[in-house]
Amino acid sequence: MDQLFTMSLVFSTIRLATPLVWAAIGGLYSERSGVINVALEGLMLAGAFTAAAVTFYAGNPWAGLACAMLAGGFVAYLIAVACIRFKANEVVTGTGVNILFLGLPAVLSGALFLSSGSTPQLPKEQLMPSLAQLIPGMPQWRVFTDVSVISLLALVVALATAHVLYRTPFGLRLRAVGENPEAADAAGVRVNRIRYAAVILSGVLAGVGGAYLSIGQSSLFLRNMTAGRGFIALAALIFGKWRPLQTLLACVLFGFADAITIQMQGVAKLPSGEDIPVQFVQMIPYVVTIVMLAGFIGQSRAPSALGIPYEKER
Amino acid sequence: MKYVREALFPIVAVACAFLVGGVVILLIGDSPVQTYRLLIGSAFSWPDGIGYTLFFATPLIFTGLAVAVAFRCGLLNIGAEGQLYVAAFAAAWVGIKLGGVVIPAATGGAANLPLANLPGIILIPLCCLAAIAAGAFWGAIPGVLKARFGSHEVINTIMLNFIAVALCGYFTQYHYRTPGDSIMESAEISAAAHLPRLGGFIPGLPPRIPLNMAFLLAILACVLVYVFLWKTKWGYELRATGQNPAAAEYGGVSIRKQIILAMAISGGLAGMVGINEVLGYRYRYYDGFSDNYGFTGIAVALLGRNHPAGVFIAALLFAVLQRGGLPVDAFTQLVSKDIVQILQGLVILFVAAEAMFRGPINLIGRLGRGKAAEPVVGSV
Repeated sequence: MDQLFTMSLVFSTIRLATPLVWAAIGGLYSERSGVINVALEGLMLAGAFTAAAVTFYAGNPWAGLACAMLAGGFVAYLIAVACIRFKANEVVTGTGVNILFLGLPAVLSGALFLSSGSTPQLPKEQLMPSLAQLIPGMPQWRVFTDVSVISLLALVVALATAHVLYRTPFGLRLRAVGENPEAADAAGVRVNRIRYAAVILSGVLAGVGGAYLSIGQSSLFLRNMTAGRGFIALAALIFGKWRPLQTLLACVLFGFADAITIQMQGVAKLPSGEDIPVQFVQMIPYVVTIVMLAGFIGQSRAPSALGIPYEKER
Repeated sequence: MKYVREALFPIVAVACAFLVGGVVILLIGDSPVQTYRLLIGSAFSWPDGIGYTLFFATPLIFTGLAVAVAFRCGLLNIGAEGQLYVAAFAAAWVGIKLGGVVIPAATGGAANLPLANLPGIILIPLCCLAAIAAGAFWGAIPGVLKARFGSHEVINTIMLNFIAVALCGYFTQYHYRTPGDSIMESAEISAAAHLPRLGGFIPGLPPRIPLNMAFLLAILACVLVYVFLWKTKWGYELRATGQNPAAAEYGGVSIRKQIILAMAISGGLAGMVGINEVLGYRYRYYDGFSDNYGFTGIAVALLGRNHPAGVFIAALLFAVLQRGGLPVDAFTQLVSKDIVQILQGLVILFVAAEAMFRGPINLIGRLGRGKAAEPVVGSV
């Protein structure tokens, strides 16, 4: 067991939690405004593919990251139009987007790079840098050399979201729109405009989470490379009771569960000498979410107006 | 006129999906006409085209019906994917354990011995029942959670999908895999549990095409779902719950019971995919076998207006696309078969946002006044 809890486990946790934090915080904006977002998976895939493809052509990861944010924001805008303007069912729309982005990156990369669904390998210097690479003269601690700036920014974004949500007029309106749109409307808040902004923001942030997968953690886009992370992010959001800091902690917890699964393979044994089945560790986030939602460990209450389209009274 | 109107929205949605898909193909630099000709044309050749199309349609009919039944009760079952995995494993388990199959031990441990060695006439129905029961059980879990604790079925079904895959993966890997097999699959089920392929009965259809009795079961399921929903008291109560829960409750319907019932039926229908997969095709549980059947089922149900007849037609359409994906991969220069997934996603989006067509369609057709009431789905 001693070999299990090492410093590399800590860094592995940071790496695995990063995309979850971006996606979950993105989902938080959308859901706190009252729009269910099950499209996080598709939004991440859009970001991951765009980041890898643009970085390949531009040779610059920052251009890739910017375009990933644009792509995520644009797809989210389309979701917003469908759900807010045309009152499409939010879950169904999200599912459609998820399926669409299983296919679209594969078709595009097949045509652009003549591959079967992946982008070309990027050289190491074209990946997202760590802080030590970015600012010369940083002390050579592992936090600065081994951790991508996107991971550090994830922490910043989570903290900033806590500030925005509870300390700014926008945050107040966002919460009001998600809890009681009629009252917010009566107070002069433009409900649907806030919801558009929130959904688009969720796409931008989930896009960064996807970009981290393709140009941060690895060096290319692979078919379905999110592998359910969008849904784990959704689970973390619920486990975090739709609050920024709790959501951040939930993401770290789920990242840790993932990291320990990887480390455990071939190392840890049950007392009987058998391997611990990884499947049971993989299940933890999902089981925890169900238990949490049922109210066994503290009630997790969704925003009151979640999933209900708002129609202005005339 | 109501039927014409009902059919018009899905047709317009599919047309729009193909239009946008065509733009994607054009942007890539390939010919949409040629791609679509390959995509659709290959499905109608005899026997391979039609045989495989009907085979691909079978699981989609089951999952489409599953989603439709839940939808009629005002529930969104995103969990057909998990339900069908659990069901397929259950079918394989019965086919192995009661079919007299011995799985030798890897190293040292005891071999996994069967409980019985039943003949096909008992074994096949038992396997089918196991699949339906397992699917119904897995579907009932989010139903109970919603009825008892009020937790949202969408989140729970998504979570249960992952749990189902992990659980079946665990049992396959540690207990039911033939030692030395590098693929994540269970041992083969007993030969007595094999469901006959239709190739043996229809002249000109070779038995190598995996179209099997499960397809007939799918047609039967369509009929039974129709009878259940529109000709029985239970179906009436289920639909009433979906249309207006408050009114249904006032009328003496137990909403909680309906939610659990609808989710269990939905899960059982999704579970029947396991019959096609395990008893009729692969003869074993194969990890990751589902080609997003559960999620495509959502598209099938929506496109089929949550009606069994519509579901059947929509399932055929998606099966045509799936079958057509193979020649697209082989014979076009740039487009890959993933275009099918793009079209599926677009169809879902356009059907979901059909309000955008309401204006134009009403304007052109004036086909009917007042939209038929739809179940309120997705309210927390």
